[in-house]
Amino acid sequence: MNRLKRNAIRAVQFPLKIILIVTTLLTLSMAEAAERQHAHKQTMPAQANLQNGQDHQEMSGMMMRTMDGNLSGTGSGDPFAYADGYRYATIPRRPVEADEMNFSKLQADKFEASRSNGAATFAYDLQGWFGRDYDRWVIKAEGDVESGTLKDARTELLWGHAITSFWDTQLGLRNDGGIEKSRNWLTFGLKGLAPYWFDIEATAYVRDAGHTALRLDASYDLLITQKLILQPRLEANWYGKTDEARSLGSGLSNLTTGLRLRYEIRREIAPYIGAEWGQQFGGTAGFARRSGLDVSESRAVAGVRWWF
Amino acid sequence: MHEKNHQRCLPRINQPRRRFLQGLAAGGLVMGIAPRSATAGQKTHRELMSGRTVPVLSGTEFELTLEETPVNFTGSPGIATTVNGSLPAPTLRWREGDEITIRVTNRLPAMSSIHWHGIILPYDMDGVPGISFDGIASGESFTHRFTVNQSGTYWYHAHTLHEQTGLYGGIIIDPVKTDPVEADRDYIVVLSDWTDEDPLTVLKKLKKQSDYYNFNLPTALDFFQDVSTEGLGSAISKRRMWNRMRMNPTDLADVSGYTYTYLMNGRTPKGDWRARFNPGERVRLRFINAGTQTFFDVRVPGLSLSVVQTDGQNVTPVTVDEFRMGPGETYDVVVTPTQEAYTIFAQSSDRTGYARGTLSSQDGMTAPVPALDRPEWLTMTDMMGTMSTMEKNPMSGMGHMMHEGMAMETSPVKVHHASTEFGPSVDARVDTPRTNLDDPGMGLRNNGRRVLTYADLHTLGGSIDRRTPEREMEIHLTGNMERYTWSLDGLELGKAAPVHFRKAERLRVIMHNDTMMIHPMHLHGMWSDLETPDGQFLVRKHTISVQPAQRVAFSVTVDAPGYWAWHCHLLYHMAAGMFRVVVVA
Repeated sequence: MNRLKRNAIRAVQFPLKIILIVTTLLTLSMAEAAERQHAHKQTMPAQANLQNGQDHQEMSGMMMRTMDGNLSGTGSGDPFAYADGYRYATIPRRPVEADEMNFSKLQADKFEASRSNGAATFAYDLQGWFGRDYDRWVIKAEGDVESGTLKDARTELLWGHAITSFWDTQLGLRNDGGIEKSRNWLTFGLKGLAPYWFDIEATAYVRDAGHTALRLDASYDLLITQKLILQPRLEANWYGKTDEARSLGSGLSNLTTGLRLRYEIRREIAPYIGAEWGQQFGGTAGFARRSGLDVSESRAVAGVRWWF
Repeated sequence: MHEKNHQRCLPRINQPRRRFLQGLAAGGLVMGIAPRSATAGQKTHRELMSGRTVPVLSGTEFELTLEETPVNFTGSPGIATTVNGSLPAPTLRWREGDEITIRVTNRLPAMSSIHWHGIILPYDMDGVPGISFDGIASGESFTHRFTVNQSGTYWYHAHTLHEQTGLYGGIIIDPVKTDPVEADRDYIVVLSDWTDEDPLTVLKKLKKQSDYYNFNLPTALDFFQDVSTEGLGSAISKRRMWNRMRMNPTDLADVSGYTYTYLMNGRTPKGDWRARFNPGERVRLRFINAGTQTFFDVRVPGLSLSVVQTDGQNVTPVTVDEFRMGPGETYDVVVTPTQEAYTIFAQSSDRTGYARGTLSSQDGMTAPVPALDRPEWLTMTDMMGTMSTMEKNPMSGMGHMMHEGMAMETSPVKVHHASTEFGPSVDARVDTPRTNLDDPGMGLRNNGRRVLTYADLHTLGGSIDRRTPEREMEIHLTGNMERYTWSLDGLELGKAAPVHFRKAERLRVIMHNDTMMIHPMHLHGMWSDLETPDGQFLVRKHTISVQPAQRVAFSVTVDAPGYWAWHCHLLYHMAAGMFRVVVVA
């Protein structure tokens, strides 16, 4: 009975949580759009005042002089107003340029070796994309290799779609692998450039039995010189439920901050050194303690950031 | 959709690079320009450097062969796309009124074409793949035939990425009547930008990291320098707006001297293109900006430049020290040198390099080469037009960035952005554009030199068509620098529809620049009559450079039936989709 009740509560909680997460992300994405709209509106009264101030006299602004009252679509907001019904299908031929071509990039933000507590670890964080300007396939892969064994890995295959000037949605699948039990998630994420040049990724995940997760990844490129760049970075993970098989507790699970100093020999190749501090919290920290592992960890890293 | 007729304009152009490099290794390298048959070696280099001039072909029948030619502008071998083995392509000398026949044979491994820039001709002779015709396939020929009904300085170039690899040359059309420009000597000066990189690679890099070629980004060291000179508050406010809007104040050019070697008549700065004069002679210099992505700021220290023509159209002579020219534009200037030597100096607008040559009365004489100007940040005027002068503007903290030289008597206009401008393809919209034409533009304001502006240009004889435009059209120049997408009204070429110009109408086109870059907008087939903000005819042009946050108008006499290209003449902006097909019917 108790168990039934628990299941029932879970059944209710699950969609609620999802709704909450999705709403939060949507709000984030809409906030920018709203801000832009607002800024746009704000400029309007200023213009109107100035125009009234001119008292409709012969304005020197070219648009003030209406010709025959027919501005032929000017101001209609319709970008096809000047086509007069012509379409590419109705003309003999047309050129095709790069906006209809696929491009691709593969980038390693982390490709590094580190040593902590005497153990050597190799860590990678790859992101790749293939496709058009506003719609593209995205692949993300992050993981740690210790003594030749893939210890922990997160791999995502996503469909990226540009929604505003600086933000893309990313929808797809995530797989958690490594030495512990594998997990598969559905992904809904936002990736973009926030004001003041912060690179942000905020992603929500769901999987079977009402498991949810949130992940935040933020970084900033501080140019010391044109080629010497300091990159602070922050990663945080939350989980909706405890997952014993992967030693994860519910709530804020871990926070990793890093500082990497790279030198761009070319834009594409930049060796770096840095340090990373990781802290585990809540249930996750509890699992670690029980296994005799440290809940906080600091390590020196050295690697190469590259892309092509 | 007529898929089969769609013309892909961006093939990878250097497919046989491997084969060619092997050929180079066997045959040695050549310096500067040389036909493939030239013998290699240092001696040849010097001979080529000092003696060779761009060939001139004149008459009414021309045979032009497009081919690949090994070159070395940078110290590493490269493959140029040449016409009859020459870079720049041979200068074509025509006579007004003649019927011209040009057979273009494509011996390149990829489709190519030649467009006759600024020439008024039937649309199917215009040489734009995907609009005028399907392009000239590898191994094929195409015959262009048309009557020349104009005179002046023009140019021709590939309407593909081959424009970046060297396929450009000058055209001089001698007038039937006496040339109002009197000169004792006459030189064509083709300015261009060379890269050893494949142009498609350049575009790919820009798509992956749009500031790839910008090594003038604001740094922390700059910030601390500003703090010590201007104080913390000023240093922060100077950056606040740019950073908040995710805009880069040093985005002066997308492609820089990092990859470009700037050429004057196919010579590197070290190669020093040379022209002779006798002291006291009037020397006409016909400048052509054949650069693909470079605005050149041109001057000849020690000489006043009498600007007598732009885009092939004679203007009331105006004397300046310097002028800026966008890709596609031409300017003819007359100078009267009296000393032994002068440097012709053409620095890129982002100040990362220059093209250089020497005017001298004796062989071997040179003049000092000026230092590059320091690159300046874009101003608030460039970012949002007249908004930056408003008292109550929320960014008034940035007021000090406003340039003192900017007269702001222009009235604000009611701006309408297309619905498609409110999406990911656009990173900024200007609601308070500036309409004044007397601004020389970023980096040239108050530099102590007299710099030409569009307000100084007056076509001799005025407008040909004095009708009042019966219709207006407003097109916004748009883009998203972060994504490296470029568009018109927020739509790239592929998402757009053709623009209809109604036959026989006199049409006014308003170009409104919502971006922070200058765009040289080139309309094919018909003249663009640039107008003052109050609608008075100013100057007849084929390529109009629209400054950031600027709004300019030109009128067109729609008298050329067919299909025409209309695009930004920055090659990578055009390639990204800042391009329209115009239907005249």
